[in-house]
Amino acid sequence: MSPAEKRSPLFHQLVVYLLFLILLLPLLGTLVYSLSTSWSATILPSGFTFKWYVALWSDTRFLAAFGRSLLVCFGALALALLLILPLLFVVNYHFPKLDGVMNVLILLPFAIPPVVSSVGLMQLFASGPLPILGTPWILVGCYFTIALPFMYRAITNNLQAINLRDLMDAAHLLGASTWRAAFMVVLPNLRKGLMVSVFLSFSFLFGEFVFANLLVGSRYETLQVYLYNMRNDSGHFTSALVISYFMFVLLMTWAANRLNKDKS
Amino acid sequence: MKSSISSKGWALLCLVPFTLFFFAFQIAPLVWVASNSLNTAEGWGLGNFQQAFSSAFYRQAMRHSLEVAFWSSLFGIAIAIIGSYSLRQVSSRLRDFVMAFSNMTSNFSGVPLAFAFIILLGFNGALTILLKQMGVIEDFNLYSKTGLIVLYTYFQIPLGVLLLYPAFDALREDWRESAELLGANTWQFWRHIGLPVLTPALLGTFVILLANALGAYATVYALTTGNFNILPIRIAAMVSGDIFLDPNMASALAMVLVGLMTLITIVHQWLLRRSYHVTR
Repeated sequence: MSPAEKRSPLFHQLVVYLLFLILLLPLLGTLVYSLSTSWSATILPSGFTFKWYVALWSDTRFLAAFGRSLLVCFGALALALLLILPLLFVVNYHFPKLDGVMNVLILLPFAIPPVVSSVGLMQLFASGPLPILGTPWILVGCYFTIALPFMYRAITNNLQAINLRDLMDAAHLLGASTWRAAFMVVLPNLRKGLMVSVFLSFSFLFGEFVFANLLVGSRYETLQVYLYNMRNDSGHFTSALVISYFMFVLLMTWAANRLNKDKS
Repeated sequence: MKSSISSKGWALLCLVPFTLFFFAFQIAPLVWVASNSLNTAEGWGLGNFQQAFSSAFYRQAMRHSLEVAFWSSLFGIAIAIIGSYSLRQVSSRLRDFVMAFSNMTSNFSGVPLAFAFIILLGFNGALTILLKQMGVIEDFNLYSKTGLIVLYTYFQIPLGVLLLYPAFDALREDWRESAELLGANTWQFWRHIGLPVLTPALLGTFVILLANALGAYATVYALTTGNFNILPIRIAAMVSGDIFLDPNMASALAMVLVGLMTLITIVHQWLLRRSYHVTR
């Protein structure tokens, strides 16, 4: 036995707990801060209270920003589904060779940082045929590109799992048209996979700040921009905001994981 | 035959909306940036790039970007390697829990993360005070380059674990036993077997972490309200700042950022071709 193996279980357990602690600390700090009456220049806070959460959830500006974020994210996800589903169906059923091209194209939103795209977006949409800079519409368009690589991969895996060609052939044999087969047979089979990818995409779109701040900012204040604008407010208040935001995202990923487990 | 042509036609028609949107929101902005980076007051040319590389201010932004990206990726991947390896040796209950938690924290980035770090490690942060009282540190400035490296390292860890954990599959347990039978100690095992086998995965992960850090904007912007001189902040300031706007110069710096990422990817591909490959 090597020395590494002798100290194995305890040593590795310690490392894992340490990793957990490192990842937990910022969240725990924020949670405690959001629950404390005041906490400055000491290691521990002086008392605990829920008043910051009460203040936050009764702030109409917060609720409005929260609603706007939900609207933009779900709008973008609806658009993404509307554009990606026909694309995927057509690519997989009619032009399988296009999949290679698509796999390169969907790398672009990954590889190009939003701050780079923003430079071009700001000039292109400030005037001209589509003057949507400063409106939620531009965010819907941009968020579609952010969700694209993820949704494309997730739905492709799903389509391959259900044997699209056999399913379509069977539907055709039974007399269904291609449209009818796509809507009545393929789509229901993809439902669960779609829901999972929508929930997971939502969790990272909800936290998007770069496009929201540069392209729209306070003209249509979303949650992340609101959070940034409140930076000079009480730190306890913003902590309550951060924790509330994180809890909401957690709920979404939890729902996605639950759905994922049900499938198997 | 006629019906198959028209069904192909329908199929092509289905591609149109996607193509339009993708072009408008992804391709066109990139083309605009690429072409306008060559647009100067004196006409078309490389003037913006000359100015970018001769200005000490812009060079500092590039240097900061590279330094923060490099060190945070290095620390991030080191923690992720040790963490992933240990995660494989503990009970599945603990492992599943910590993996799930790590994946969750990957959503904890940007503005909320900056705020959390201010509370923890700011001038009056609880951890700063604790470490000062214990005498571990003299002083800590979160708003400096060191502070940014610590903050960036934090958000690199979950991504590193996510990408590296599956890579350890390539390392088979019987290789370790064989190496031991042949008299290799732990260090020799890692030096001659473990690391060479993991090299492609490590390189790939490191490149993704570098790109992740180079493009990051929200965290540093929220932390320093745009006062730290780093490439993404410079680019954004020239298109949305209050003082002076120069979209062409912003485009040139944006192309420098994209160029750096491309360069890293090329180096990665080159290194990958020279590294040891596991044949299965």
